[in-house]
Amino acid sequence: MRGVVGFLAPRLLRALIAVWLVTTVVFVVMRLSGDPVPLLLPPDAPTSEIHRVRRELGLDRPLPVQYGLMMKHIFVSRDLISYGSHTKVIPEILSAAPVTLSLVFGAAVIWIVFSILTGVAAAVLRGTIFDPFLMILALIGISVPVFWLGEVVNLVTQSRLHDSFLFSWVPPLGYTPLTQDPFMWFKQLFFPWLTLSVLYIGFYARVLRANLIETDSEDYIRTARAKGLSERRVLFRHTLRTSMITFVSLFGLDFAVLVGGGALLTEVVFGLPGVGLLTYNSLTSLDLPVIMTTVVYAAFFITLASALVDLVYAWLDPRVRLA
Amino acid sequence: MAEPLLSVKDLKVSFRTEDGLVRAVDGISFTVDEGEVVGIVGESGSGKSVTMMSVMRLITDPNVIYEGEIVYKGRNLMGLSQDAMREVRGEEIAMIFQDPMTSLNPVYTIGWQIEEQLNEHNDLKKGQARRRAIDLLAQVGIPRPEQRIDDHPHQFSGGMRQRVMIALALSCNPDLLIADEPTTALDVTIQAQILELIKNLKRDFGSAVVLITHDLGVVADIADRILVMYAGRIVEEGNKEQIFYDPQHPYTWGLLGSIARLDRPKRRRLTTIAGQPPSLINRPRGCSFRPRCPQAFDRCSVEDPALTAKVGDGHLDACHLSVEDKRARRDATIRPELAESA
Repeated sequence: MRGVVGFLAPRLLRALIAVWLVTTVVFVVMRLSGDPVPLLLPPDAPTSEIHRVRRELGLDRPLPVQYGLMMKHIFVSRDLISYGSHTKVIPEILSAAPVTLSLVFGAAVIWIVFSILTGVAAAVLRGTIFDPFLMILALIGISVPVFWLGEVVNLVTQSRLHDSFLFSWVPPLGYTPLTQDPFMWFKQLFFPWLTLSVLYIGFYARVLRANLIETDSEDYIRTARAKGLSERRVLFRHTLRTSMITFVSLFGLDFAVLVGGGALLTEVVFGLPGVGLLTYNSLTSLDLPVIMTTVVYAAFFITLASALVDLVYAWLDPRVRLA
Repeated sequence: MAEPLLSVKDLKVSFRTEDGLVRAVDGISFTVDEGEVVGIVGESGSGKSVTMMSVMRLITDPNVIYEGEIVYKGRNLMGLSQDAMREVRGEEIAMIFQDPMTSLNPVYTIGWQIEEQLNEHNDLKKGQARRRAIDLLAQVGIPRPEQRIDDHPHQFSGGMRQRVMIALALSCNPDLLIADEPTTALDVTIQAQILELIKNLKRDFGSAVVLITHDLGVVADIADRILVMYAGRIVEEGNKEQIFYDPQHPYTWGLLGSIARLDRPKRRRLTTIAGQPPSLINRPRGCSFRPRCPQAFDRCSVEDPALTAKVGDGHLDACHLSVEDKRARRDATIRPELAESA
């Protein structure tokens, strides 16, 4: 029991400090970057109207008071209101979260499977033409911007070749909840998944290949071969197993960033009403309450993920296990 | 005469590099009999590790080129398929390595690693492998083996890890144990313990042992026969008494002169062998030790000396000097040492 407390307490404390710092920085930066009131009103609104809205939103009060009130509305009364839509922000995020989670989970499965396949294949085929070929492919995957790739995918599947037998099954852009129609959920998310995972497949495959090759020259891999194990067993039980340590720690943080709204571009391109799209819309209208809440939400996931990574890390690498 | 357990015939191991062909091992032949302890001595880069790694076919460098034969129990290991070779590795020939700190996989318990080896080569029931692993750990002197078996390598000291490596190597009762500098990474007291352990296990298990080292002091106690290697070749071969009390090759004299002795009353400066080993890409003409040899004369730079028996009785050396000449010059060089040992 003490072990659990000892594991959680420092992480919780660090998370609180992180959330406080992040919210403060976001608050200050957003306040410096402009006045949201003119964006909410028609361009010819009278000055009296501007003053009225400003007072209504509490933007005429001292900055520390505004900050305090905002934190109170997020964490205590949980009823922060958006400047733009005048709806409560927290339910809005909670309804956007499943969309983002669906997108990121699916993409993560694809990128784990394909990056391991590609990385292992490249490492095993080192010295043949396939290794540089795969690595160039991976580099292309990393280099292609996701918004461009997404638009090309849309152009092909929604318009140019939509009537061909290949893509006639692709439904219009949007999101259908898994609980409502699992088949539709899958069909609508299929191309967003592929698009989002391309970058990560490339990146993870390259990292894994480099790791596998480095691990292969370790003394304990020589020991494994001296034991008379098959090359397959040496690869999967020894080389790959120790190479996964880096892979996992990378994965935890990338995954958290995406769940926290980092899949913004993919969501915008494919019209998925997730946290990323919410963040994007609130940024363009300087809607501070929404921005602030999405930031807190993202910080929560990143903290959670790094704690999980620590746990998995300890499981993968006995050397870092708690004494 | 019975067939030797291992016989290496004119083995050449070279590596293709951008600068040219590196001849790491350049035509060596030797045998190891059953239950015999052979020490291979030489400085870094003399080819001793490459030789024994070749016996295990453990060199993964794709640029390696092998020539010659390695006959083990009548089979040429060079001709075996990878799968057939795996049956030999670990089961018939086992190897322990120089650095115990990095030779065990850090993510698995030592028990898991020993059991993996046992299960690879034997058809064992569940629990059998674990019991055998505990026995092995006890045999190599790990205290409380039934608890330590579930520990990870980082929870052991260097000496203890080398014991685990030895347990791993002995797990399938190999007929030949190759120990590649097993004590180099350990401090002196632990070195002695590990050597003692190898000696005792050799007696209990009856395996032949090839002990690779750069330290003649290490093999003094344990080896039946000693091969001295220089620049990829054997320059002297003989039994322990012959090498220590009647060394023929000037390189061996140099090695003997550079051992620190604590059992000598007189303090003296350790002698060193001047210079560096020759390039293995462009071997100098004649004897490859000539550039560093204080005894070199005209013939040495022209003609490559062959490894032949000059003093008889399995004592071979590769030097142009006549036996009388050698003894006289040797006594002048490391006289005090030998006089006192004799």
